[in-house]
Amino acid sequence: MNVPEDLFYTESHEWIKREGDNARVGITDHAQAELTDVVYVELPKVGAQAESRGQIAVVESVKAASDIYAPVKGTVVEVNKALEGNPALINTDPFGEGWIFVLKMDTPDDVKQLKDAAAYRKAIG
Amino acid sequence: MTRMSDAPQKKTPLYEEHVRLGAKMIPFGDWIMPVQYSSIIEEHQAVRNNVGVFDISHMGQLVASGSAAGGWLNEMLTNNIDKLEVGAGQYTFLLNEGGGIIDDLIVYRTAPEEFLLVVNASRADEDFAWLTRHMTEGVDLGNRSADYAGLAIQGPRVVELFHLLLGSDVELPARNQIQMFEHNGSQLTIGRTGYTGEDGVEVFFPANEAPKTWNEVLEKGKPLGIRPCGLGARDTLRLEMCYPLNGSDLSPDHNPIEAGLGFFVDLNKPKFIGREVLVRAKESGTPNRLVPFRMKSKGPPPRPHYGVWLAGEQVGEATSGTLSPSLNQGIGMAYLPTPHARAGTEIEIEIRGQKFPAVIEKKPLYKKS
Repeated sequence: MNVPEDLFYTESHEWIKREGDNARVGITDHAQAELTDVVYVELPKVGAQAESRGQIAVVESVKAASDIYAPVKGTVVEVNKALEGNPALINTDPFGEGWIFVLKMDTPDDVKQLKDAAAYRKAIG
Repeated sequence: MTRMSDAPQKKTPLYEEHVRLGAKMIPFGDWIMPVQYSSIIEEHQAVRNNVGVFDISHMGQLVASGSAAGGWLNEMLTNNIDKLEVGAGQYTFLLNEGGGIIDDLIVYRTAPEEFLLVVNASRADEDFAWLTRHMTEGVDLGNRSADYAGLAIQGPRVVELFHLLLGSDVELPARNQIQMFEHNGSQLTIGRTGYTGEDGVEVFFPANEAPKTWNEVLEKGKPLGIRPCGLGARDTLRLEMCYPLNGSDLSPDHNPIEAGLGFFVDLNKPKFIGREVLVRAKESGTPNRLVPFRMKSKGPPPRPHYGVWLAGEQVGEATSGTLSPSLNQGIGMAYLPTPHARAGTEIEIEIRGQKFPAVIEKKPLYKKS
C-alpha cells in the first residue's frame, strides 16, 4: 500500500500535505482501496470553519457513505471541484488529483500532532 | 470501521475460497459473507454483460413430501401449488395470520408429492419452525439447509458456461424450471432462476463439493469473463430490477398487496394463512404502496431509511437505495401513500438534511436495451 513519506496522516485515514500555513487533505490509498468505487463526494463549502476531528465532507461508495474529518482546526479555503464530475479520482489518484479540500490552519504547528508515514503504516498493519 | 457483532457467525463451505480471493467479508444476518471481491461496479457489469457467480450456500432448503404435502403447502403459501407440474417452480410468500410477510421464496415441485422450498438465509429457521407448528398428517418436512451449498450463476453467457461445464449437448431447464444433472459423479440441482434480471441459474449440490464446484465454475468461465460476485453487486442488480429484499422492502409489517406483488398471490384459493387480510387489501386498497424511484440529478445516492418528502411533508422513508451502476444514477424503493404512489410523481429524498429531487418510476428501473 502506498504511504508517501512527505505527508501526515490521521487514524481516520485522511492524509495531510503541509503547504505553508495551509493543509491539503485527501483520503489515503488504503482508505480508497477499502471503499472502492467512490461514486459521490460531498465537498465542504469554501469559508467553512473546521474543528479538529470534526466531520467536514462525505465520500460515498456504492455500498455506503463515509464521513471525512478535518485533521486540524482551520478554515476551508479551496475545494476540489473536479471531484463533482469525476469522484473516481479518489480511487485513481488518492494522493494527487483526488485531493478533497485545503484548510488554512489556525495553528500550523498542529500538524506535528498527526501521524507520520511510519506511524500510519503501522496503524494499517 | 464497522463493529463486528458478537453473535457467532456462520461460514458457508466457500468461506476459505472467498478469503483466498481477497473478498471483503461482512456480517449478513448470522452469516459472514463476501460483499465484494474487486469492485461492486465491475462485478455488477460482469453479470449484465458476461456472467458472474455468487455463493448462495447460506440460503435455506426445506423439503416437504407426502400425499398431503401439495394441499398443505397451498394453505401455507400464497401462490397456487396446483399450477406446478413436476420440475416447475414459482415465486411465493409465507405469511402470518395478519397477512404480513414472514418470507418470500421459490417453491419447486421436484416429484409428484415432493416440494423444494428455497428460502432466505435469515428466515430459514423461522420458516421451518412456523411450518412445523402448522404441520398436518401426511406431510414430512425436513430442513436440508446445512446439507446443500449453492451458487447463483447469472448473466447472458450462462448457457455457454454450462456447455463448457456439462457438455455442449446439455440443455438447461426452461425459465422457472428445475432439473437434476450428473456431473463428475455428483448431483447438481439446477433451477433456471435468479435475482439479477439476467438469464441465469441457481445450482445446489452437496456442501462438501462446494470448493471443487466453485473453482471449476470460475476456471471454465474464465474465457467468458466470469467474476466472483458479492452481496454488494447482488443488491445493485436486484434493485435495478425492483426485486424486493426481505428484511428491507418486505417484513411482517407489510403484505404482498402493499408491496405490489399481488401477482404471486392466488385469492381464488379457498384457504391460506393471511388470505382474509389480502382479500380486504385487494378490495379496499392499502394505505401505502411500495414504489421504485430514481434521483433526478447527479447527487448523493439514496440509502435505506432516508426520508421521502412530497409537497413539503415527509410521507415515508426509503426501504432500499443505492447508486445504479447501469444507469449511473441513484435509485431506491419506498412505501408511499397510495394516492401519490404513481409513476411520474415528483418526490424529494432527504440526504443529510438536504432535499434532492427524485421521481417515482415504473418497475423495473433498468431495462435491457
